[in-house]
Formats: sequence, C-alpha cells, structure tokens
Amino acid sequence: MIAGFIHRAVMQGIPLLFGSTGEILTEKSGNLNLGIPGIMYVGGISGVIGSFLYEQSVGPANIKYLPAILIPLICSLVGSALMGLIYCFLTVTLRANQNVTGLALTTFGVGFGNFFGGSLIKLSGNDVPSITLTATSNFFRRTLPFAGKLGWFGKIFLSYSFLAYIAIVIALLASYMLRRTRVGLNLRAVGESPATADAAGINVGQYKYVATIVGSMIAGLGGLYYVMDYASGIWSNDAFGDRGWLAIALVIFAVWRPDISIIGSILFGGLFIVHNYIPNIDVSTQELIKMSPYIVTIIVLVIVSMRKRRENMPPASLGLSYFREER
Amino acid sequence: MHQKTKHVREPLFHIVKRDAIPNWQSIMIRVIAVALALLVNGIVILAVTGENPINLYITMFDGAIGTSRRFWSLMQNIAILLCLSLAVTPAFSMRFWNIGAEGQALIGGFATAFMMIRFGESLPTAVLIPVLLIVSMLAGAIWGVIPAIFKALWNTNETLFTLMMNYIAIQLVSYFTYVFSVPKGSGQIGIINRSSRAGWLPIVNGNSYLVNILIVAVLTILVYIYLRFSKHGYEIEVVGQSEDTARYIGLDVRKVIIRTMLLSGAICGLAGFLLVSGTDHTITRDTVAGRGFTAIVVSWMAHFNPFYMILTSFLICFLEKGAVEIATVYGLNDSFSDIITGVIIFFIIGSEFFINYAVKRNHARGEVQA
Amino acid sequence: MNVPAIELKGITKTFGNVVANKNVNLVVNRGEILSILGENGSGKTTLMNMISGIYYPDAGSILIDGEEVVIRSPKDAFDYKIGMIHQHFKLVNVFSAAENIVLGLREKSFNLKQATREVQKICDQYGFDVDPSKKIYEMSVSEKQTVEILKVLYRGADILILDEPTAVLTPQETEKLFAVLRRMRDDGKAIIIITHKLHEVLSLSDKVSVLRKGEYIGTVVTAETDEESLTEMMVGKKISLNIDRSEPQDSVDRLIVRGLDFYNEEGVKVLDDISFTARSGEILGIAGIAGSGQKELLEIIAGLLKPQGGDILYENPETGEREDLGSKTPLEIRNMGIRLSFVPEDRLGMGLVGNMDITDNMMLRSYSKGKGFFLNRKDPQKLAEQIIDNLEVVTPGTSTPVRRLSGGNVQKVLVGREIAAMPTVFMAAYPVRGLDINSSYTIYNLLNQQKEHGVAVIFVGEDLDVLMELCDRIMVISSGIVTDIVDGRKAKKEELGILMTMGEDKEEEEGKEDK
Repeated sequence: MIAGFIHRAVMQGIPLLFGSTGEILTEKSGNLNLGIPGIMYVGGISGVIGSFLYEQSVGPANIKYLPAILIPLICSLVGSALMGLIYCFLTVTLRANQNVTGLALTTFGVGFGNFFGGSLIKLSGNDVPSITLTATSNFFRRTLPFAGKLGWFGKIFLSYSFLAYIAIVIALLASYMLRRTRVGLNLRAVGESPATADAAGINVGQYKYVATIVGSMIAGLGGLYYVMDYASGIWSNDAFGDRGWLAIALVIFAVWRPDISIIGSILFGGLFIVHNYIPNIDVSTQELIKMSPYIVTIIVLVIVSMRKRRENMPPASLGLSYFREER
Repeated sequence: MHQKTKHVREPLFHIVKRDAIPNWQSIMIRVIAVALALLVNGIVILAVTGENPINLYITMFDGAIGTSRRFWSLMQNIAILLCLSLAVTPAFSMRFWNIGAEGQALIGGFATAFMMIRFGESLPTAVLIPVLLIVSMLAGAIWGVIPAIFKALWNTNETLFTLMMNYIAIQLVSYFTYVFSVPKGSGQIGIINRSSRAGWLPIVNGNSYLVNILIVAVLTILVYIYLRFSKHGYEIEVVGQSEDTARYIGLDVRKVIIRTMLLSGAICGLAGFLLVSGTDHTITRDTVAGRGFTAIVVSWMAHFNPFYMILTSFLICFLEKGAVEIATVYGLNDSFSDIITGVIIFFIIGSEFFINYAVKRNHARGEVQA
Repeated sequence: MNVPAIELKGITKTFGNVVANKNVNLVVNRGEILSILGENGSGKTTLMNMISGIYYPDAGSILIDGEEVVIRSPKDAFDYKIGMIHQHFKLVNVFSAAENIVLGLREKSFNLKQATREVQKICDQYGFDVDPSKKIYEMSVSEKQTVEILKVLYRGADILILDEPTAVLTPQETEKLFAVLRRMRDDGKAIIIITHKLHEVLSLSDKVSVLRKGEYIGTVVTAETDEESLTEMMVGKKISLNIDRSEPQDSVDRLIVRGLDFYNEEGVKVLDDISFTARSGEILGIAGIAGSGQKELLEIIAGLLKPQGGDILYENPETGEREDLGSKTPLEIRNMGIRLSFVPEDRLGMGLVGNMDITDNMMLRSYSKGKGFFLNRKDPQKLAEQIIDNLEVVTPGTSTPVRRLSGGNVQKVLVGREIAAMPTVFMAAYPVRGLDINSSYTIYNLLNQQKEHGVAVIFVGEDLDVLMELCDRIMVISSGIVTDIVDGRKAKKEELGILMTMGEDKEEEEGKEDK
C-alpha cells in the first residue's frame, strides 16, 4: 500500500514539479511570473489541440507513436513559449508591473484553455463535457517494460511515463545549471542585482527573456503531463484546478532550488491524496489536509525571512524591472 | 579586436525616462491602446465566428445592457469588482502588494454565511444585518493583517504571503461547505434561509441589487475621501512614495502598514458580505471567482483613483458580459470573455510604457565612423 | 610619438536639464596614473561611467589607442580592456569572491576551481590577501574592494578606473592599495583614479586633471604642482559675491553638541568626537569635502539617526532650560515644542515628495497637527500661495507636482516651508546645489533673514566663497573630525582648503599609533 501511495503522490507531484522548476528559472532572473497557472493551462490545451487534430485527421486507431508524442509536445512547448513571450515583452521591454501582468496572463491563459477546451468538446460531439484522447494518452503513459515485474521497487521507481522522468531530469539539470555553470551564475546575478550583472557585461534583458520563456515552456509541460498522463487523456474544463498556484507555493517551499523541489513536489502530491489512504476520513477533513501545502509554504516563507540567511531569500530584485539609466 | 570596432555603430534607439507629459497626451495614449485592443479582439472574434465585427460589437452591447435585467446584473458585477478594487487600493498606494483580496473577500463572505446559518432564526433581520456587516469586515481584516504584521516585523515578502493566504481561505471554505452542507455530505450549502430570508439584503424598489450598488457607490466616495482628505491617506501616500521622507517626518512605517492592511482586508470582507448576503445567499469555494485578482488589475489601470476605477471596472465587466453574449449567440463558451479581457488588459498595461518613457532616435552622428 | 591609451574629446552629458559634463577632454598614457580631482558634483563619476559603458555621452568622442570607439555597454568596455571599480561596489552579495570575479565572462570552459587558482596567482603577483571562496556579505569593505580590483584584473583590463577607492579604507589599507596601483603602473597599465584627497593625488599620480562643476579645468603634471595650486584649480579663484552679512545681535548659545560619535551600517566611523555650539542670530557654516560626515551630523541633530555617543543639548529660549535631544525622534522633538527646521540634501527624495503637489508638500511636517481625522488643506494652501508670491516660485499653480518644477523652484518651496515653521534652529544641507545664480541669492537672503530674526542657522555648503561671505563662523570637518572652527570674516580660502584635508592626516597619525 505504501508503494501505491508513493506512486500516486509522484503522479500528483509531477505537474507541480514542472511548474515550480519553470518558475524557479523565471524567478532567478528577477521575474515573478504569476502567470504560471495560466501558462500551465495553455501548455495543456495546446497539447490537446495538437493531438486532437492529429487523431481526427488519421483516426484514433491509426496514430503512430512518434507523431502522437511529438505533435502534442511541440504544440505545448510553442503555446507556453508564446505566453512567456507576452510576459517578457510587457515586463522586460515595456517595464510593466510584474504582478499585474502575471495575473492578467493567468486570467487569459485559463480562459484560453477553457475556451478551446469547450470548443473542442463541442466539435467532438461528446455527451460528457470532456475530450478523450485515449489513444494518444496510451502512448504517453507507457512505462518502463519491466516496471511491473519488480514488485514494490518497480512500483515506486519505474512505473512512470517518460514525461515524469523528464520532469526529474529537468529539475536536476536546472539545479546543476544554476549552481555549477556559467549560464547559471550569470542568471542568478541578473535576479540578484541586475545592475551588477549589467556592469559585468551580461545582457540582462536577454537573460530575462530566455529564462522566462524556457521557464514557461517547462511549466507548460506540467499541463501536458496532467492531461495526457495523470488524467489519462481526458480534458475537462477547470479540472487542472489550482495546481499552478501550488507550483508557485512549491518554489518558496523549495527555497528556489529545483532539487529540493523534487522532494517537495512528491510531498505536496502526497498531501493531495493522503486522505485516500487514511481509513474512515470524511470529505471535509480532506479539504483541510489540502490546505496544508499552503500553510507549510507560509511557515517556510516566514522562517526564511526571520532567519535572514541570504542564500535562502528570494532573489533580491524579484518583482522589479530594470532600467540602466535610472538615477 | 580593434578591427571589429569599425563596424560598431551607435545604438539606433535609446530609452529615456520622461518627466511628465500633458494629460491629454496620456489619455490619448490609453485611448489608442484600447482602440488597438478592440481591433485585435475584433480580428480574434472574426477568426473564431466569421461574423462581421460591427455586428459582434452590437451583440456585445446587447449582452451587456440589452435588457433591464442585463443592465442591473452588469451594475451588480461592477459593484462587486469595484468594491474589491477599492479594497486593494490603500495597500497599493503604500506599495504593499496585497494580492490576497480573493481570500480576504472569501473569508468575509464565509463569516457572513456562517452567521446567517447560526443566527438566522434567533436574531431579527434588523439586528442580523449589521452584525453580518461587522463580522465579515472583521474576518477580512484579520485575514489581511496577518501578512502585514510579518511584513512590518520581518519584511516577509507580502506578495507571496497574501497569495498563499488565498488558498488557505479557499480550502477553509471548502471544509465548511462540507460541514454545513445541505443535504449532509453533498458538499453544497445551498441557498441559506431560503424561506425566512434572514440576513438577506432587502429588495428595494423591486430591485434586489440596488442596495449592493448603493453601498459600493457610497464606499467609492468614502475611499476617495479617506485617501485624499484624511491624515491616514496622506501617511499612506508618503510611505508609498518615499521611505526616506517618511523617516524625515518621523512616521512610524510599521504602524501605517498594519493599519492600512486592516482597512484593506476589511473592505474585502465587505465585498464578501455583499456577495453572500446581497447576491448569492450561499457560499462556495468559488464565490469570489477570481475577482480578487481582476480587482488588482482594475485598481492599477485606474492609477489608484477610485473614480477612474468606476471606468476601468465598467470596461472589464462590460467586456465580460458582452463576450459571454457573443459566446452564447455564436455557440462558443463563456471563457471567451477571459480572452477578450486579457487582450484589453495587455494593451492597457503595455501602454503605460509610452507614458513613462520616451524612445529617442539617436542622431546620424554615429555614421561617420562606420 | 606615444599614442595615449585612452583619450576623451569634448565629452558632454546632460540629465534632464542638469549638465553633468560639459566638453571634457582627457588623455591617459600607458604606464601612467592620472588623478581626476574635483569636488562632489563636479561630474567625475558621470564621466567615468561613460568610459565604462554605464552611460552614453550626448556629444564628444572616445579614442582608444588612437582609434575612435563607441562604448554602448559595459561589455563593450571590457572588450577594450577597460575595467572600472565603482565607488558603490557592483558585487552580488550572495556570491563568493570567485563567483563574482568570473561573472559575465565568456570563456568556453567554466571551472571555478581553476578560476580560483588563477585568482590566487593574481593575488600573489600584486600582494592581495583575500579568500576566493568567501561570500561577499561576509566581507569587510576593503575585502570587497579587493574583489572589485581582482575582477577587472582577471579580465585582463589594462585601463583601470577607480572611483574614490580610498573613501572606505583605513590609512594602512590605502597604503597597500597604492602600492598595488604603483606595481600595476610599472606593468604598463593605464590607471585613472577619482579622488578629492589632495595628498593622495600628490603621493600617487603622475598627472592630475581637474573638473569643476562639470567643466574641464585643466591637466597638470603632479611633480610640477603643489597643494595650493591644486586647491585653487578645484575650488576656483576667490570671487566676490557681494552677499550682505550683518553683525550677529544678542547671540546666545542655542544648540550645544558635545563629543558626538557615529558609526554607519558598515561599521565605519563617520563622526568622531564632534563638538560645537550653534548660537542664535548667527550663521554657522560647515565646510568640508562632501561625504566627510556632514549629512550624518545634520540627520542626528534632526533625530533621524541615533548617535553612538555624545550629547545634543538645546537651550530653550522660552524657559532658558537645557533639553537633551540626543535620542529623540523627529516627532518627539516636535512634541517638545522645539521648532527645528531641516532642509536635507536630498530635496525630492527626503525633504519633499516629488509626486505630490505644492500644497500637499507644505503640510509634510505639520499635517498631524490638530485633533481631527481629516487634513486641513486650507492653511497649507494659503502657505503655498504665500511662498509662491514671496519667493517668486515659477509654477503653474499650487496643484503642480513639485517634481515638475525646476531645481531652484523646488528648493524655494522646501526652504519656504521650513522657514514658515518659525524655527529657532535652521539647518540646511547644500541648499544652493544645482541652483542658478538668482535662486542662490534668494536662498542666501532667506538665511540672512533667519539670522536677523535670531534663529541659529547651520549651513552646510560646498562653495568656499559663499561660506566665507555668508557665515559668521565656519566649522571645517574632514573625515568626520572637526579640524577647526574659524571666524568667517577672517578666513582665507587656502587655509580652509588645507583644513578640509587635514582630518586624513590626523587619521593617519592615529593609524600609525595603533600599530
């Protein structure tokens, strides 16, 4: 049962991990992108649109592995990259307020997701208000072939689809990149002190753009994973829920470190489903348990601000736009 | 290295901060922004529906104000959004990023619902309504002041703190909707005091929204007066503009932060009261429905001026209603309005750049060495 | 013919309507140290920022090794092997020294360990002592500066610019730094050092270029000059300004400051045992190089900063009693009924709120008066109108945000407000900085009027001519020490100039004693 619990917790955690890794990269460049929830919606629906069109054009029975994976993947990446581009153009180039832009982006993104979701549902002529992409989803959900043969070990470590492993690999890579590479060093400098980075010859605007757009693309994959794997290829409007905000909470919980985020995402995921594993728990208590990730996050935020340990603080220029000739 | 320099030219443009531009110019820039946004939206709608854009805008008007019922429903929506925008404004004027209006309003609404359920039968409505008002504002104020205390004492990031408080509020309300659900276990509270109407705001002149609208109208004036004419409002302005000046005149910045967030939270709580007692007569986790976030954009676009907020909240609500109508008529879904609103907001916040900065072309001087 | 490493021709830069640099020319050769000398606000830093790519000049050209170049960004500056050590360090606090040093470089491999070794090599070569893995926020000021210097050396810079590098250093650290700079010069590097300390100029540099109020005054060979003539270049010839000065009437002690000590956030001693008395009906001038502690002194008296030692006593003219202001906040001082006016150096950032209109700025210090919940805007409105009339403030009206006014008018609004409070002590920091001649005279007259009304006026100035014609007594501060208090009527410019730099020597002596 414990193996089953961990398995479900990881499944729940993966979208959060994508989202928080993306947001960490973005925040490390000094951009507080509150548009992440919207971006994750767009990442999900873009993949759905791509695979829907593909399934419709050749028929669900005839789809092939490679295009069935690649088409939604590319659509998702392009969709969320465009969202990141809107955010960057407004906040970096036009120096608009980051909070306002991010919130507007979330409104837009969630609306975009639900609008196209709703339209596709209509097109598909379903009785239930959802789109089902079972054929595509089956490809996405393929696990390692020997996962089922290794008992609890296989269940806990090997029973996930490729996107889940990609999420962990990306988080580890991001962590390595931030700590051990020149690009990571430069990026952290941009978020801490853009004036210093600028004086050191780093193109601040370029770093902000690239970090935010790449971050958005990673976050968008969280949306894709949710539909194609977690929800078995079924898109229904608003089903993604508040996971985007939970991903932002996870960034704080992980004190801006993607490697801690891996553990954090599984923990958050576990808190999301733990009620299924506690006997005789009523529905209302489940809702209270779902509150705990946010409370834990606030506690981390407060402790970090009280201890004033510099390494754990938010990037120093988070939320501010940079203008070189400011006097 | 020095070979390369011959090809280096001056940057073509550079950006400088503007001092100030005349009012008419800044209004023009915004009008152009809205016009461009409507144009882009027109193209989007055209692409989706294939219908003549002019007709579509006529449909929008029809949807927003076509009938008396629609008109009043629009007014009601504006009232709630405006109330929330007014609530976040004192905090924003102080440069305190309260993005927790959503949660503060929901908690206020929940407090109202709770009192309606508990005391709906024991207290007469004349007593109950003032009690609801006070309790809801108190609840919102508490929800708002928690992050403020941490900000004042340890400089804890208020944007992230208030954001998290939203979801705690949502889960808390979720919890209680199960606890109080009718019938038990359904997860829905349903209309509270359906038959007795205890704790419902009264229907005036046959219009159930009028009281809401009047309360918010009065509130708009009060907030304007508070910010513009009271000593508190003046202190908020000074703290927001320059911490050095606040120090120079001996202001206690912590006190101002805490006091202002108490107020900001209390007004959010009031919005929650209006939603539960004046509109929905029930509570769900989605009662505020993202309006706490939209309010931030509304307040920002209005430059924190309560009267401009009437305009910006009207714009947002009108578009929303209009787009919903288009969606209905052309068989699209309601979320279409979020896309339309999103585009408008992007253009308006983007246009601020051209008010604050000037893009200057460099002279041809650089050509000499090319 | 020797081609200069870097040459500036006719550089001009303006910010809004402030001219920071006007037609400046400079030449620096390799194997040479050039000092740029000038008072604060003379445009030294702005000029250097244009070489290092932070600002872009409005006019003029920059030549490197005889070829005209365009420096659009700090990156361009690096490509020309220009490295600048800013006065306000450009370091990322949460990074280690080594991380800061390699920041922004574009080498293919990224190997902190190897970088650390190379940094160590440079340290050994020039005799620096710094731990490359130490975090910046754990470092002392001089360590931070060392990191800054290492940063530009690591990049192979051969044109080095140092902006007031000794301002934050102890005498011993300064000596060490100078030894390093001399070694670099001998290596054939071109070095520019911005400073306003004369003895440093004389002991270190080969040539001196002088700027005054953004204008280029001239360049001299250090060996052929001396302190007096440099002072004269820096502060200008004595000019008669014809400011009226009356004899003080019925002067009594008003503000007695005894043994004031103050350390700033970085732990540097900014004020060292300051003692003086401000008398009613008198203008006490405070002369000194900017940054010698004047700002902190006034802020302590006004209650904005807390001193670590010493007393501030106020002799109340009504009761004749002495009251201690040492640890009072501005509010407490006001509540004691003490009318202490203060015109701070930062007018729009502290004394006024730029985005508020004139009326609202009038009540900054008085809005809380009275019991009511609401503001009284009538009196401030009247006051605003009065000030606009009396001081001839050029403005469209009382509802214009003050940031839209010109510098002179901004200052009239601020001084007017502070005078309207009917002060017994009036403090002003650089009240005529950036003002045109007419506005400056308006301010002088206002200060004189205050004096005639029996107010104790404290005037922090930078123009020695003005101090000598306006003030009854002049207190000279240098490096946080009072070097002397002289009679304003008898003071000589050269004497003041030398007093202004004497604190450094005293400090140096003390430093030697410490050893």
